[in-house]
Amino acid sequence: MSVFRNVVFVAAIAGLLAGLVLACLQAYATVPLILKAEVYEQAAGGHEHAAAPAAPVADAGTNAMSSAAPAPAAAPAEEEEGWAPADGVERFSFNVLSNVVTGIGFALILVAFSEFAGGIGNWRQGVFWGLAGFAVFTLAPGLGLPPELPAMPAADLIPRQAWWISTVVATAIGLALIAFRRSLPLTVLAIVLIVAPHVVGAPQPASYDTPIPEGLHHQFVVAVTLTNLVFWVVLGAVIGVVRGRFTGQSSSLRDSFA
Amino acid sequence: MNTASVSLGASTSLQSRFLQLAMAGLLGIFVIGFTGFSHIEAVHNAAHDARHSMAFPCH
Repeated sequence: MSVFRNVVFVAAIAGLLAGLVLACLQAYATVPLILKAEVYEQAAGGHEHAAAPAAPVADAGTNAMSSAAPAPAAAPAEEEEGWAPADGVERFSFNVLSNVVTGIGFALILVAFSEFAGGIGNWRQGVFWGLAGFAVFTLAPGLGLPPELPAMPAADLIPRQAWWISTVVATAIGLALIAFRRSLPLTVLAIVLIVAPHVVGAPQPASYDTPIPEGLHHQFVVAVTLTNLVFWVVLGAVIGVVRGRFTGQSSSLRDSFA
Repeated sequence: MNTASVSLGASTSLQSRFLQLAMAGLLGIFVIGFTGFSHIEAVHNAAHDARHSMAFPCH
């Protein structure tokens, strides 16, 4: 189990560091915008988890196929608020924890995936791997499902999660084909894979009415995209450094595709 | 592409290496599924700001 243990070790350190960095960036860049949005949300009548009419899960396929088709109208689900961290220190602490855990999760995926391709040898290779992760996990799904603030209209959760996962998988396979298979037909296939989820289209809400000002949302999209860019670059670079220390040697740059 | 000596865990067989890497990747997917996709109300609320700030589909 030495490979598994080493991967978890490297991923834990990288995820911890990158998660802490991301949490600090969020405290300044994104969380204040979320809090502002929650003021609009309260003014508009409480925490509407299902602001958009919930489409039946069975409609997931058709809903995703035709992005323009409005989801069938249904009464917003009444949702009683469960436990939530209290505003202030508690909320911040849970945000840090969530970011670290999520960071370790992404790090595990990145380390495992990169090991199949020879591993991340140094910080510079790590930056390229991080950029790939950013493209796969932030840019690609963010095109169809932009980062959303509370109280923003959105289609039913399950189809959106399905579209998000499909887009991530298709983009990852596409980028891997381009990077590791030097073949023109496969590169064409890769582009088709990357474009396909956006041709299908992300599930769209039935109505775009929202109390959130457009300027606030735009600010949020920029903040989320940039903070995640930094997160991924830090994650990749730290993996490269830690892994290099761990194996006692780093493969030279010319051996890699980067 | 790469010699075993620069890989993590140099002495393991290729098949075992593949399995362990796959397991590590699956563990990562499981962790992301929990923090980013879980429908459990308390998990959602705890990770609320992080979910929004990482653009996971939310609410």
